[in-house]
Amino acid sequence: MVRVLKLELKGITKRFGSLVANDHIDVVVEPGQIHCLLGENGAGKSTLMNVLYGLYEPTEGEILVDGKPVTFRGPGDAMAAGIGMVHQHFMLVPVFTVAENVALGAETTKAGGFLDLDDTRRKIREISDRYGFDVDPDALIEDLPVGVQQRVEIIKALVRDAKVLILDEPTAVLTPQDTDELLDIMRQLKSHGTSIVFISHKLREVKAVSDTITVIRRGKVVGSADPGASTTELASMMVGRAVNLTLDKAPARPQEITFQVKDLTVIAPSGQHVVDGISFDIARGEILAVAGVQGNGQTELTEAILGLQDRVHGSILLDGEELVGRSVKDVLNSGVGFVPEDRSLDGLIGTFSIAENLILDRYDQAPFAKGISMSPAKVLENAKTRIEEFDVRTPSGSLAAGTLSGGNQQKVVMARELSRPLRLFIASQPTRGVDVGSIEFLHKRIVAERDQGTPVMIVSTELDEVMELADRIAVLYKGRLVGIVPAGTGREVLGLMMAGVSPQDAHADTAGKQPAQRPADDPANSRPDNPAEPPATNPATAAHPAQEPGSGAVGDDHE
Amino acid sequence: MSTTATPPVPGKPVQPQPVPTLADKNRKHTVSAKPVTWKLPVTLLVLAVVAFIFFGVLGPQSTAKFGVSSGGDFFQLPAIEVPAFLSGIVLSVAMLGLAGYAMFLKTKNARPPRWVPALFTVLFVVAFLIWVVGGARTPSISLAGLIAGSVTLAVPIVFGSLSGVLCERAGVVNIAIEGQLLGGAFTAALVASLTHNPYLGLLAAAVAGALVSMVLALFSIKYVVNQIIVGVVLNVLVSGLTGFLFSTVMQSDPEKYNSPGELPIIEIPVLSGIPVIGSILFKQSVVGYLMYVAVAVIWVALFKTKWGLRVRAVGEHPQAADTLGIKVNATRFWNVTLGGAVAGIGGSFFTLVAIDSFTKEISGGRGFIALAAMILGRWNPIGAFFAALLFGFADNLQSIVTIIGTPVPSQFMAMLPYVVTVFAVAGLVGRSRPPAADGIPYVKG
Repeated sequence: MVRVLKLELKGITKRFGSLVANDHIDVVVEPGQIHCLLGENGAGKSTLMNVLYGLYEPTEGEILVDGKPVTFRGPGDAMAAGIGMVHQHFMLVPVFTVAENVALGAETTKAGGFLDLDDTRRKIREISDRYGFDVDPDALIEDLPVGVQQRVEIIKALVRDAKVLILDEPTAVLTPQDTDELLDIMRQLKSHGTSIVFISHKLREVKAVSDTITVIRRGKVVGSADPGASTTELASMMVGRAVNLTLDKAPARPQEITFQVKDLTVIAPSGQHVVDGISFDIARGEILAVAGVQGNGQTELTEAILGLQDRVHGSILLDGEELVGRSVKDVLNSGVGFVPEDRSLDGLIGTFSIAENLILDRYDQAPFAKGISMSPAKVLENAKTRIEEFDVRTPSGSLAAGTLSGGNQQKVVMARELSRPLRLFIASQPTRGVDVGSIEFLHKRIVAERDQGTPVMIVSTELDEVMELADRIAVLYKGRLVGIVPAGTGREVLGLMMAGVSPQDAHADTAGKQPAQRPADDPANSRPDNPAEPPATNPATAAHPAQEPGSGAVGDDHE
Repeated sequence: MSTTATPPVPGKPVQPQPVPTLADKNRKHTVSAKPVTWKLPVTLLVLAVVAFIFFGVLGPQSTAKFGVSSGGDFFQLPAIEVPAFLSGIVLSVAMLGLAGYAMFLKTKNARPPRWVPALFTVLFVVAFLIWVVGGARTPSISLAGLIAGSVTLAVPIVFGSLSGVLCERAGVVNIAIEGQLLGGAFTAALVASLTHNPYLGLLAAAVAGALVSMVLALFSIKYVVNQIIVGVVLNVLVSGLTGFLFSTVMQSDPEKYNSPGELPIIEIPVLSGIPVIGSILFKQSVVGYLMYVAVAVIWVALFKTKWGLRVRAVGEHPQAADTLGIKVNATRFWNVTLGGAVAGIGGSFFTLVAIDSFTKEISGGRGFIALAAMILGRWNPIGAFFAALLFGFADNLQSIVTIIGTPVPSQFMAMLPYVVTVFAVAGLVGRSRPPAADGIPYVKG
């Protein structure tokens, strides 16, 4: 670990047709530093890194390694130059073992091209021991939890002797605990001389580990920032205007309970109980946020309520009416609004116009339908009002919905679902892949719906969003309800719960470990909230804003 | 189980529940995702009952005779004689026992071990064989001949399924095996006839198979055309082309264009005299020996070498392979080409070993059987080899049984290979998982 490497990107431009993804970007990664590329989704960070890693060829500009210009014709060249990358979606072969994945592409062989996996196993153990990874070289990737898979990716890069490690949105798939562990690993790597390019839009993490921050907006470098800068400053740089990170949310005024889920079990085609005996209820005028790591039954839970799942046991009552066993249309018509987690797959028809997308659930009802014909004028008229009301940025409602940006697409979905009287509103991942400006707006609309007296259920894997919106938080783990805790419950407690620890144990655990595990120079952990002392007042009221002033994907301010 | 109906209680978790501890987080999922089903026990029970009724209760009251040694063996073993009725009862009761065991396991929600269906299959086949032979007009067959014939019929199927394995492990679906076999068979006949050298014919067959495959590779990899469609079209194309050239060129002067001459059978001294296995392993043509070599070499290459690791990675997760600097599409292209060459050699078996001339459609759909063998063998060269043997066995049994005369109509016997396919692929062999990126073209970006 003696050789260090200085990496420079000079005037990198990458065009896809008329789209300019990167516009004359200059970045210098000093040896032994954690350099953060901060930017919103779609700002061009990943494109830039794919250029650096040899996956794309830059249209213009050059890459310099230790001052010498280099050309990467493929990832092989980049790796040879000492650059490693951990992709957001792991590049691991699920049916291979850890050793096979690590060996792939950089195999040690005996005579005749025979694999020498023992050599790879030895290297894995060596790196594993050095950084305390605890990875079994003979485990199958598909059997490993996500956090461990990510370590395998890091090992892959280190085995190839990477001097610069690119981490592309590495925390997107992790629990808060795993995230903290990853940040520790990054510091360790740095102390061993590896430089890290850390791509993220989560301010909390960026501030916690970065030495240098370069902010990218719309494919351009807009400046660099000091990790000590406040989150509000960073967020403003990232978005390009002043943003309000705190959601002005009045305290909830829960009324009577109208939505009840009792002993709900959903059985997947594989026979697995993906939702396992869940019971909860939501009062009118209240937001229940369902938290959990992706894939712990959230999708199936919402789909079961909507009638999209076949094997559902238990009971779902809305105003005393049973929803289980009814058709989707029936459920929608009984006043359930539903924002699906994947808008491009389930929320919109990309090739249909915005106006048509806005009436997908009411195309057969007056005023849009007359007998068997539709009334296009009414459809367009509706679109005009909705577009205005929801601030959808588009020149016309007759454009295809697929041409809109993520945030605007989500506004269309939300506008459709909120444009009829509701008795229950469910939003799954309401702000995934949405720009900060739209997040603000969407959150406000959700709260407004609550204030009108609708029971609201939010499903989100973004802990920041959950803490921002919730009046109560339900945590799912492996299809089971770990517990329901009040808003204002600390990040650490929620994180432990997301890993399956019961709320009591989580409280006890965080209370016990806190002083010992918190280095004073680590801003990520020195949070104002103290889970050992749960809020004394109603968490939905005064205690909340003081503790979690974060805003969705932007992270939160803890200065 | 229901949560409180009140608004959040300050400072107090509302719904504590016993849940797994943190240790659970890093533990691998030990619970199998797939539940134990009734499929296997019930299938076994039905088959066992069928066996009990037909092979046992209604079985023939005769003695079935199985010859073991053939004339050329260096020592002679006496023929095996079994009382058909008694053995039918014994074997089917054993099968009922196995089915019962599987059911017992199911009630305890345990998965029956792999040997249960395997042993069951063996018992069933043996019982079936005794029943068929015992009921025949001349209740005697040569076991050695039956097995040797099975291997002979299996040779092109083995090569075809190896071609499938090579292509699909790299992520390209190869429906064109039939066309590759046929192309190989035709070219072998033509070149061997013209050069009067069957070995050159063999070489030409490999080249022809590779050329057919290159068309598949070009269209499915470079031009991203649907692989199934290209494969089917290629089969039709090769069939039409060889048929046309057969009737226009070969028929015009069969002496000159369609008398390839046979590849000699090479006997290994002494070893070829071992009863039963001697003639299978040590009394083959070059193509037969090449088959064993190919199975072994391809297996070792796929699972023990750097090349194989890369090929499998390309078939499972091409993006991952690409990010590690492996050329996905080039790997695929050359694998498909190699597969075609292997199938071409298999095709030469028809015209250089089995029959010494080419006729239209000489491959007779064995390319598709090879595809089934590849699936049955779970994309593994050795598995595919045994699956192909099974088809060869069913095929050969069918023709032998027709000759010795059985109570079963020959049409039903002719269905045997396909019935075997259906049962085998329908899950009696357990889960079979194709390479994850099989059939999905890889386009960068």
